[in-house]
Amino acid sequence: MALLQTLVTLLYYALVAFVSVMLVWNLIRSRDWKEEVLYVIVLVPFLLRLFRLK
Amino acid sequence: MRKLIIGALGLVLFATSGVSFYQSRRLEEPVVLSDGVTDVKRLGDYFEGVRGTVNDANLYFLDSGVPGATMLVLGGTHPEEPAGRLAAWLLAENAVMEEGRLIVVLSGNRSATTVTRVGGAYPPDFTIETDWGERTFRLGDRWSNPLDQWPDPEVYIHDPSGQYLAYVDIRNLNRAWPGRPNGTLTERTTYAFMELIRREGVDVFIDLHEAELQYPVISTIVAHESGQELATFVSMMLSDTEFNMGMEYSPVNLRGLSHREVGDNSDAVSLLFEAPEPFLDATRGRTTREQLLTGQDEFVVKAGEAGLLFERIDERGWPIAVRVGRHTSAVLQTMEAWTELNPDRPIRSRGVPRYAEVIERGVGHWLRDPASVPPGRVRVE
Repeated sequence: MALLQTLVTLLYYALVAFVSVMLVWNLIRSRDWKEEVLYVIVLVPFLLRLFRLK
Repeated sequence: MRKLIIGALGLVLFATSGVSFYQSRRLEEPVVLSDGVTDVKRLGDYFEGVRGTVNDANLYFLDSGVPGATMLVLGGTHPEEPAGRLAAWLLAENAVMEEGRLIVVLSGNRSATTVTRVGGAYPPDFTIETDWGERTFRLGDRWSNPLDQWPDPEVYIHDPSGQYLAYVDIRNLNRAWPGRPNGTLTERTTYAFMELIRREGVDVFIDLHEAELQYPVISTIVAHESGQELATFVSMMLSDTEFNMGMEYSPVNLRGLSHREVGDNSDAVSLLFEAPEPFLDATRGRTTREQLLTGQDEFVVKAGEAGLLFERIDERGWPIAVRVGRHTSAVLQTMEAWTELNPDRPIRSRGVPRYAEVIERGVGHWLRDPASVPPGRVRVE
């Protein structure tokens, strides 16, 4: 159980990192300022989790 | 240029919220050791599986040097029930044992003190005014921080009973007794406490809690059958001299709770004390620091008028001093009753305020100034 939890947690953080990178990538490619604001707002909770702040 | 500005604004948002969460998680809570504290150990001294983790709690030993009983008082099982933690704080900062030995824990589930309820709009901390300034405490939550233990299963299967419990309660210290050495952080924590209880020969174990007024188990002692005589005695004495205190048996088929599992898995008599906390009620109004400390809430009063509560409430509420005083008196009364029932193994203390004294002078009066003692007499939770 504990080992399984650790594996799932590692996968979870890998997913969070992947989504964060994708959001930044889309932010760079976007040409619509409303989309850019949206990407930044969505990115914040992902970063907070990735850096284990919340 | 536009992207840079938007990105910078996002970074500001991330940095400010991140700093706030970081500081809240690491807020240092000083403990000024009572003259009666003879040793401070760590939970990891009793089980390697929690050493160095967030739940490697401080254990405050107050040894009279006179043979007698050993009592363990556990605060902070559910940190969002602050009267339990504060009552334990008053013991650690004021108690001097005259007979027997007292072990006090202020952060039973320290991980749970570092997070508040997701979506609950809880304040991250609260402040108690003292005679010399103020003290700020982490508010915490009922469950271990998901940053320390995650993910939760679909169903929590309690070990060793195999009973099915709510998924989130796998992070609830009071559903994880007696724990297991190779389990989750919460299970390893209760296992470590069981090791402490067994190795130190604890005679009486007390778990301090608070409850919402809509919950039927309130203003009461929940007792393992091995402690029924003691609990009945305490309940009668408190109800006769200070405040109403009920007594209930620990249900045999409700597993994972301290009052059941500590009694079943050790020689200790296991008791759990509940005080009223309107802050926890689902019908409460704004979830603020003021509400937490005054226990005043017009919506909970309305619920009482509708007959939905199991404890009385009026506009005076349930101030923190009343709730803490209930716990300190109940602990002291348990010492007296134990000594009367077991004169060959007495336990007696001085310096701890009872119910009326806590109400009269306030909780803060009994919290000591860290600057007034040598640094070696201060610990941090």
